[in-house]
Amino acid sequence: MGWATFFVQCLNALQYGLLLFLVASGLTLIFGIMGVINLAHGSFYMIGAYMAYALAPAVAATIGGGFFSTLAVGLVLAVALGYVLEWAFFSFLYEREHLQQVLMTYGLILVFEELRSILVGDEAHSVAPPEWLTGSIALGDLMSYPVYRLFISGVCLLLALGMYVVFAKTRLGMMIRAGASNREMVQSLGVDIKFLYRVVFAAGVAIAVLAGMVAAPVSSVYPGMGNQVLIICFVVVVIGGIGSIRGALLAALLIGLVDTFGKVIFPQAAGVLVYVLMALILLWKPDGLFKT
Amino acid sequence: MSETLLRCEGLTRRWGGLVAVDGVSLDFALGQVHAVIGTNGAGKSTLINMLSGEIPPSAGTVALMGEDVTGWTQPRRARAGLGRSYQRNTIFPNFSVLENCRLAAQATYQHPWAWWQAASRCERSLGAAREASARAGLNDALDRPAGLLSHGQKRQLEIAMCLATSPKVLLLDEPLAGMGAEETERMLALLSELRAGHATLLVEHDMDAVFRIADWITVMVNGAVIASARPESIRNDPAVQAAYLGGH
Amino acid sequence: MTGMPWGKQAFVAAAALALAVLPLLTGSFGIDLVTKIMIFAILALSLELLVGMTGLVCFGQAALFGLAGYAAVRLSPESDSASMWWLLPACIGVSGLYALFMGALSLRTKGVYFIMVTLAFAQMAYYVVHDTPLGGGTDGIYLYFKPTLAIGIWTIVDLDKPLPFYYLVLVCLLGVFAKLALLARSRFGRALAGIHANEQRMRAAGYSTYPYKLAAFVVSGCIAGLAGFLFAVKDGFVNPELLSWHQSGAVLIMIILGGLGHLRGAVLGAFAFTLLQELFQSEAVFGPFAKHWHLSLGLIIIAGVALLPNGLIGLPALVRQRLFGESK
Repeated sequence: MGWATFFVQCLNALQYGLLLFLVASGLTLIFGIMGVINLAHGSFYMIGAYMAYALAPAVAATIGGGFFSTLAVGLVLAVALGYVLEWAFFSFLYEREHLQQVLMTYGLILVFEELRSILVGDEAHSVAPPEWLTGSIALGDLMSYPVYRLFISGVCLLLALGMYVVFAKTRLGMMIRAGASNREMVQSLGVDIKFLYRVVFAAGVAIAVLAGMVAAPVSSVYPGMGNQVLIICFVVVVIGGIGSIRGALLAALLIGLVDTFGKVIFPQAAGVLVYVLMALILLWKPDGLFKT
Repeated sequence: MSETLLRCEGLTRRWGGLVAVDGVSLDFALGQVHAVIGTNGAGKSTLINMLSGEIPPSAGTVALMGEDVTGWTQPRRARAGLGRSYQRNTIFPNFSVLENCRLAAQATYQHPWAWWQAASRCERSLGAAREASARAGLNDALDRPAGLLSHGQKRQLEIAMCLATSPKVLLLDEPLAGMGAEETERMLALLSELRAGHATLLVEHDMDAVFRIADWITVMVNGAVIASARPESIRNDPAVQAAYLGGH
Repeated sequence: MTGMPWGKQAFVAAAALALAVLPLLTGSFGIDLVTKIMIFAILALSLELLVGMTGLVCFGQAALFGLAGYAAVRLSPESDSASMWWLLPACIGVSGLYALFMGALSLRTKGVYFIMVTLAFAQMAYYVVHDTPLGGGTDGIYLYFKPTLAIGIWTIVDLDKPLPFYYLVLVCLLGVFAKLALLARSRFGRALAGIHANEQRMRAAGYSTYPYKLAAFVVSGCIAGLAGFLFAVKDGFVNPELLSWHQSGAVLIMIILGGLGHLRGAVLGAFAFTLLQELFQSEAVFGPFAKHWHLSLGLIIIAGVALLPNGLIGLPALVRQRLFGESK
């Protein structure tokens, strides 16, 4: 493998890892703070991708905007969806056992998949990136790298930074962290914990949807994408440690590396390598890399 | 004369920068009730957890009946004769009182491969269970679901389950927790009865009970032992009075 | 039969009798359907041992099911029938070994981690079967000759014919049920129940809990392997979807729907879930909407878990409570 190829694969690994981190962070947050394991989290990613495909013509026709307008509209819809879902469904799951949460959110996946099938159909689609983000930039003499993929990495990094700022530096972040460790105390201090949870959940949904929308031009839009990303996100969370954002980032990047280079070096075993990684890490640290 | 059944030397436990237990060395002898007292946060729970094998020590050793068990897991120590009762009940609420004791007793005669034999007819575990529950005063409640017992009876069951495996060393974590006067009397009578045949570590907050039943008292403050002597000496020890008894 | 109260015994006896005479009452479609359901009931019983008895929520049972099925096809020679005498133990061995591997690593984790990790290990098996030449890809692989169950030249059961095969599966189901009932009341089974109720107390008494849980995993894997073998032989065909997490989820739903903690619940749940699926897919009942049967199924799952905490087994008690206000 030449240097240029190696560098390209590193960029691919980074982009995949960061995207994975975005989706996984929502999963680990919702579990770490509300104690709910949500199998339907992958469906939000799928919904985002299908939104990028389905909303684009509608947005172009009404507001006249392009890719970014579609993103904005999608984001607003995602927050609304998350808000309503938490109020109508997830708030009832907090007190239940994990097994019940697993099964009820599994039922939710089936509902989402079928609703998507009814509304948009079952075909795969491709989504075109915005004009000014197409094309590639040159890396040396022989290789070039697609601009859009760099854009994805950029967006993910920005969001990750944003999450860090909110958690570590704002009052909202402080309340969320406090609510995670001691719910009753935070309630008795006058904080509306129900509202807090709703905000966190809506944020988690919005991030996953956004990830799906942004990834659509690269990964294309197909029915099984939600489930695929969900299971990998589980591996991210297990390796990184439940509830740890830091862990999710490290684990996602690790998986990005293993998966990307695995596909190049051992194409046949590529699917299995991530799980081998998980098995090895579990042998060493059963609670994940960063136990909270 | 009285043989030391359990000994720890230099037992230390650090959590990051915090020292929860600092170089504690204690002996527990057959026929003796050795109470460990101290305010909340003194390190008593951590100490008992290291002795039982639930937490590994950062430094120091634990010896059970002469053998170094520092690296042994809790089940292994239990099979070697170390019994433990918990501050919060660890009984099985859905099983009957007898089944609670029987299941605990079965630990000494596990025979998991005999899958065609009904456990409920296992004479050895049944016998040990009846004996343990009789000693703990639960003869009248053998068939009741454990979850329906009164709090005092549940604490009795907790002790019975500890006794079911016929341990030589008893680690009792606040057995009197939440008990009324009458129940306390009954428990103290039981502990007195158990004294001769066991080496008993008693962690307790009820000072009257401790001074009545203990043959030896160790006082812990901030993870370290500040005094370890007979009850009369402890009562008159100025350091102990200042640190602990003075506030009561 | 094993000290259960007479009501439960009567239920089990009646169910066994009903299954025994069923082929006389239905046609080939019915026999085929109930054979499939009975195989899933065996699979559900294997999971009940893990989830209901020991409290280990395994989301990867499909891997143990599917691997045995693939083993049955892969190990059968292409030119002639294999003898079930060695093929069945071999397939059970394959599942048992993977259960050992999966259990040894997964049991290092607890709670939610355990659920996620078992799911991930099942995916591992799925990808091996889906992507490598071992598996044969998305389309699956076919069994050339069904195995024979014979002594010398005398065929005990002709696995090619649906009716003998039905009774073979019924015998297996009854056998597994009886074995698990005996296991539940044995010292091993009581120890698992204790570990489920309070693992800390069991450790304090002197039980090394990890070997017990691992043993439960392997036994569960072997029973799932039996189900996988029977499934492969039934249709002569296996595909990767047998190992998918949808399949793992389906088995979990079966035992929850039927009633966790009861062997009858697992069997009942297998029947209820499969029949519900058939119902929702039936165009006769749902017309053009039958195409979207996943939606109905998803809603029923949500409603079932939310409203029936003790499953169908707990329904009579629930009804009594609602109608007559009995408290408990």
